[in-house]
Amino acid sequence: MSVRLSTGGRLIDRATEISFSFNGARLKGYAGDTLASALLGSDQMLVGRSFKYHRPRGIVASGAEEPNALVNMGEGARFEPNQRATTTELFAGLSATSQNHWPSLEFDVGALNAKLSRFLPAGFYYKMFIHPRSFWKHVYEPFIRQSAGLGRAPDSEDADSYEHFHLHTDVVVVGGGIAGLLAARAAAVTGAKVLLMEQTAHWGGRAPVDGGLVDGQPVGDYIDALVRELSEMPNVTLRLRCMASGVYDHGYLLGYERVRDHQPGAPGPRHRLWRVRAKQIVTATGAIERPLSFAGNDVPGVMLASAVRDYLVNYAVSAGKRVIVATNNDDGYRTAIALKQAGQEVLRILDARETGGGALMAEARRLGIRIDCGRAIGKVSGGKRVKKVQICAYAGAGGALEEVACDAVAMSGGWSPVVHLWSHCGGKLTWDAEQAYFRPDATRAPTGADGQPYVVPAGSANGVMMLDAICGDAVEAGRAAAKAAGYKLKKAAAIEAEPAPETPIEPVWMMPRDARVQLRMKAWLDYQNDVKVSDVQLAAREGYESVEHTKRYTTLGMATDQGKLSNINGLATLADALGAEIPAVGTTTFRPPYTPISMGAIGGEARGAVFQPLRRTAMHGWHEKNGADWEPVGHWRRPYAFARSGESVHDAVMREVKNTRENVGLLDASTLGKILVKGPDAGKFLDLLYTNMMSSLKPGKCRYGLMCNENGFLVDDGVVARIDDETFLCHTTTGGADRIHAHMEEWLQTEWWDMQVYAANLTEQYAQVAVVGPKARMLLEKLGGMDVSAETFPFMTWQDGTLGGFDVRAYRISFSGELSYEIAVPTAQGLAFWEALVAAGKEFGIMPYGTEALHIMRAEKGFIMIGDETDGTIIPQDLGLNWAISKKKEDFLGKRAQERAHMTDPNRWKLVGLETLDGAVLPDGAYAVAEGVNPNGQRNTQGRVTSTYYSPTLCKGIAMGLVLKGPERMGEVIEFPGTDGTVFKARIVDPVFYDKDGEKQNV
Amino acid sequence: MKRYSAFAIAREALRFHTGWERAWRSPEPRRRYDVVIVGAGGHGLATAYYLGKNFGITNVAVIEKGWLGGGNTGRNTTIIRSNYLQDPSAAIYEKARSLYETLSQDLNYNVMFSPRGVIMLAQTHHEVRGYQRTAHANALQGVTTEWISPERVKELVPIIRLDGPRYPVMGGLWQARGGTARHDAVAWGYARACSAMGMDIIQKCEVTGVRTEGGKVRGVDTTKGPIDCGKLGIVVAGHSSHLAEMGGFRLPIESVALQALVSEPIKPCMDVVVMANTVHGYMSQSDKGEMVIGGGTDGFNNYTQRGSFHHIEETVRALIETFPMISRLKMLRQWGGIVDMTGDRSPILSKTPVEGVFVNCGWGTGGFKAIPGSGWAMAELMAKGHSPLTADFGLDRFREGRFIDESVAAGVAH
Amino acid sequence: MLTLECPYCGVMADETELTAGGEAHLKRFGPGSSDEDFEAYLFERENPKGVHFERWRHSHGCGKWFHAARNTMTLEVYGTYPAQTSEPPVEIRNKISGIAPGWSWRLFK
Repeated sequence: MSVRLSTGGRLIDRATEISFSFNGARLKGYAGDTLASALLGSDQMLVGRSFKYHRPRGIVASGAEEPNALVNMGEGARFEPNQRATTTELFAGLSATSQNHWPSLEFDVGALNAKLSRFLPAGFYYKMFIHPRSFWKHVYEPFIRQSAGLGRAPDSEDADSYEHFHLHTDVVVVGGGIAGLLAARAAAVTGAKVLLMEQTAHWGGRAPVDGGLVDGQPVGDYIDALVRELSEMPNVTLRLRCMASGVYDHGYLLGYERVRDHQPGAPGPRHRLWRVRAKQIVTATGAIERPLSFAGNDVPGVMLASAVRDYLVNYAVSAGKRVIVATNNDDGYRTAIALKQAGQEVLRILDARETGGGALMAEARRLGIRIDCGRAIGKVSGGKRVKKVQICAYAGAGGALEEVACDAVAMSGGWSPVVHLWSHCGGKLTWDAEQAYFRPDATRAPTGADGQPYVVPAGSANGVMMLDAICGDAVEAGRAAAKAAGYKLKKAAAIEAEPAPETPIEPVWMMPRDARVQLRMKAWLDYQNDVKVSDVQLAAREGYESVEHTKRYTTLGMATDQGKLSNINGLATLADALGAEIPAVGTTTFRPPYTPISMGAIGGEARGAVFQPLRRTAMHGWHEKNGADWEPVGHWRRPYAFARSGESVHDAVMREVKNTRENVGLLDASTLGKILVKGPDAGKFLDLLYTNMMSSLKPGKCRYGLMCNENGFLVDDGVVARIDDETFLCHTTTGGADRIHAHMEEWLQTEWWDMQVYAANLTEQYAQVAVVGPKARMLLEKLGGMDVSAETFPFMTWQDGTLGGFDVRAYRISFSGELSYEIAVPTAQGLAFWEALVAAGKEFGIMPYGTEALHIMRAEKGFIMIGDETDGTIIPQDLGLNWAISKKKEDFLGKRAQERAHMTDPNRWKLVGLETLDGAVLPDGAYAVAEGVNPNGQRNTQGRVTSTYYSPTLCKGIAMGLVLKGPERMGEVIEFPGTDGTVFKARIVDPVFYDKDGEKQNV
Repeated sequence: MKRYSAFAIAREALRFHTGWERAWRSPEPRRRYDVVIVGAGGHGLATAYYLGKNFGITNVAVIEKGWLGGGNTGRNTTIIRSNYLQDPSAAIYEKARSLYETLSQDLNYNVMFSPRGVIMLAQTHHEVRGYQRTAHANALQGVTTEWISPERVKELVPIIRLDGPRYPVMGGLWQARGGTARHDAVAWGYARACSAMGMDIIQKCEVTGVRTEGGKVRGVDTTKGPIDCGKLGIVVAGHSSHLAEMGGFRLPIESVALQALVSEPIKPCMDVVVMANTVHGYMSQSDKGEMVIGGGTDGFNNYTQRGSFHHIEETVRALIETFPMISRLKMLRQWGGIVDMTGDRSPILSKTPVEGVFVNCGWGTGGFKAIPGSGWAMAELMAKGHSPLTADFGLDRFREGRFIDESVAAGVAH
Repeated sequence: MLTLECPYCGVMADETELTAGGEAHLKRFGPGSSDEDFEAYLFERENPKGVHFERWRHSHGCGKWFHAARNTMTLEVYGTYPAQTSEPPVEIRNKISGIAPGWSWRLFK
């Protein structure tokens, strides 16, 4: 049983007891505990169930590499699944539940899978559940889904907030262990700006646990002094609880700071995402111990030797009272020694090496620990906790030599440098056969914008494992980073550390070496996903030989720990099965993040109301107060209609149309793009941009224009007003303003850069109001100030003047077919002007109208709408707009494209009006059918509806559409099937339904 | 080929699974094949499979630079749907979707096709109209889709928020028989079936040159030596331009990075696939329980299989708006693939200027769903010289201006 | 996550400030050109694995278009230069030759 010892524990504060709950049980820990250490301290060895077989799972590691101890944390709006107990700091009131079992952790029906595991090898689902076909969706898949999945799904909105930090710095050092601290100091003393991140809540990493002397001081004291020194340097930023989650191109690095995870509900963001641009990145990310692959290595109580040591030294928690240590290297002895010194019983050290280790072995022996060399674990039995171990010869098939009762097993399979960050952006690895690990290949580092390396590995992350060497390597790394970031180096004093010679590791990829199949089927590689040695061997046998195939076939390394414990053991097993060398098999790709980061942090502050910027016109607030039903158009909101109380939106639209046609309506047209084009070549430029001739437009006049892209398709339309010889004001659609301005700039800057033209987007400088309807003139006359009579202010002209005391620029243009003035005022005066119009218009029955009324009125007039009649595949010729395409111009954007075979095809669908025979409204987007089917069996079509409305003016449905040879087929009736089986019959008619001669807009 | 079944598993279990044979052989290349397919991704393997199955052409080699299924087949978000707007697209994607329905049985390999349904959310008036148009088009194309109300969306996707402050859900286009499949299994299943027909799948073999004579293809040079062939199919997605260059012609293609990510696994909470094009995000929950999330592409040419993180941010942010609960999930892994984008964002299945060389590429962000249909059509094109399914996807369309533009209905086409 | 130096305002711009604009140095074919030339102008893009010349706009900065010489395999940036030119500057071409001897891109070497 795991137990809290009465003394010791460098990270806990025994004076502060903390109460927490696990699966409803009240438990106690101390301030400074992790959830994992507190659980172990309470003898909670069973903490979860595995993914596939629902095997009992205990804590195996002490840090970010933990695959098993994942819990549901918190409740309600602060609930979070899959929280790793080993990296969760204990806080008062913490409430956690275990995952992936039913009905309970102790008794899980899903564990039946474990009994059947022989029938559920890697990839079994590819070979089963094939028949009958419908069973996959209805029977097999729901069962598999339910039994997988680990944690519970959150069911409420997140109560916490998140934020992003931006930082440019010279050097980021990742990892606050001895190597990271030394590298940071070495870089900082040159003057470089340094950010040092440590993922845990403590500086120092493993060194204080493992011990040793640096410059004559105990390493823990040395580290404390180092941290003090760094925290006083103005050019150094230190951050605990901050993990570098990924390295990206050009020196981009993401930091994930868990600001409030240990104080839920406290003010401030829960997580902070650091978006850093660094000139250099030092990865002092340490190393992770590997498990040993023996049968029963997944039983709760079997732990990494280093984790056993961590819990003991940091938290005064012993993994067991009677422990067996299995190792293939000297480091495992440290755990045995630490246990022994803490008064725990170490029953045996099983060293797979025939001759054992060096100085550390001698010390263990001196302490009276029994050491068996050339021995291995044959099998661990126990179920929900370790009960006994069968010991066998390492060089054998697993024949038991003896059986020893114990309650914990510490295993050490050697160490693997943490190379994730090095690898994220293309850094390559090299296999170090001597030490049996992949380490960064300094000659193939990730390179940045300048083609130079920008990541420097340091310490054990660089494959340097001995304290003295680590110190030297870290200082060198810090200096190299500072130098590469442009700082001058001074001489640095060498750091003396007590060397601790060790005997070489003997790689052990399976224990015992020739384990028989029954043992291999119980030897776990991936604890969470239940991948065993036999599974990888099966994958190899079946031809899934690429390491990526094996990974995907067996799911090795695809669990939430992303294979931090399993990958190297797995690929070594694969290499062995293939008879290949480990480096020839290679690793799978390392992808960010290093450990999972919250979606909330990725999203940052931008959520809810500030998810995206909201653009408001000057009259936005007025609209809001007056019942606007909003329609998002780009980042703008436009009133769709102004519904009065008790009125439906549809009724409001009908009312708005009728009132505008009969009295006077007001439209907020401020969102329409207003681009000023100015310069000696402005006319020439616009001639190239628009299909029409704009250079011939006289100052004071307006002209409707079409813009196509170089591919010939109609992209925007609007009225162009010529202000003076060199100046044009181009109106665009609301959605088009930024796009068209960018389009103009692109052509001006990259193709016609010899032209003397400026384009300025003035959209937000003006509020613009369309005053529309037969009483529009009366209203403006009432306001007074400028002559708005038909004679002095004819259709398609513009004038500057004043109205009701406002300085205005008025355009006499119409998108409704009514008498209409579009009046621009400076944005700051927009609301006042609008309110003046509303007040003055009372006697004329003035009402605001929204975009839907606008749409209906333009459709009644047969005016096209970009986005309705066009969809990116339509050329002006399709829409009967040939009159707006200049025949005189040699060139304009789209002209050449419109000469291509398909564009001049007489069979293109063309714009017509459509009227149902019974007055009904055609369904939006309906297609007109033609006889027969095409070679792919699809019904032939001959047209489609592009705009369709109920016209309150004409009291019937009206529509526009594109129809095969439409304009030649006036009067013909075609059929439009709905999606519900009904068929609409519609007559092809002229698209202008209302005031065909334009008398109303010309009055 | 020994058949897979529950019985076979039971039998093998008794002998500790030592009797399973290789899923596919790993032969050395022969000197000559009737047909060589370059690229052992889903599309290439499916092409080979249907050459054999439908046309009896089995003297085929599929050559792969890396490991089979290791390109975009193995790194997409596995969505299968056919609710496309334009007729040619709907035809080939629906062909694919219908083949997916029986693919596990055809291949005797469970590809886990899960017709759980796909919703494309409409979150603006414009999108509502676009999807209503698509629904009309689909009805005439023989693609079963349905316009559904926000309330029905909520029934199908309980975790969705309908009344988000910026983009409320106004309805959706629902394809009940759309869904997902296990991407790797599609490649592996085809590979196993091809191998069983006697075709050679040659991995870790890079094509270094295309040999032609008098405007006709003669064969390819590879890192495992020259291989002659009568016909050559180039099915290499992001690397198409590179292969075309070897053949002496050009393709209207640019290669860019597309990214995806998964969350940690959680218990089932979303049984359908949801696509939100206004905010450029789509999400489904895998059988393992991970939320599988995809987003938009980078704008610049890139062969690194890494994308820019701000796209991940945008996608996640957008999905949090629509699915607030994911805020407290964690991103487990992000990755990228290289997709080949054509001028109209629709694929190319075509003859080329070199006689006997055919190209299948340009699937952009949406190729996985097309695999069986693409293979079926490509096999027909290569065997017979024409196929109604590929007729509109020829290279000539760019010259004529005859585009197949799907962006018409939706911002992104995944 | 690229950074590119805007040659106009001198800023080392983050990718989020920039908009990619596709291949650089396109020769425009307008009315009177052949179908082949026009098709190639619109669609046949260079898509090299290696040295590439492309257009960018400092859209959330000074608004100017500029060109970048970049490697599509390593993302190394050889240089940026103003858009008002029909060919890459000699210095940048020489620099690329020093790093990637034998490179070629369209007509440039």
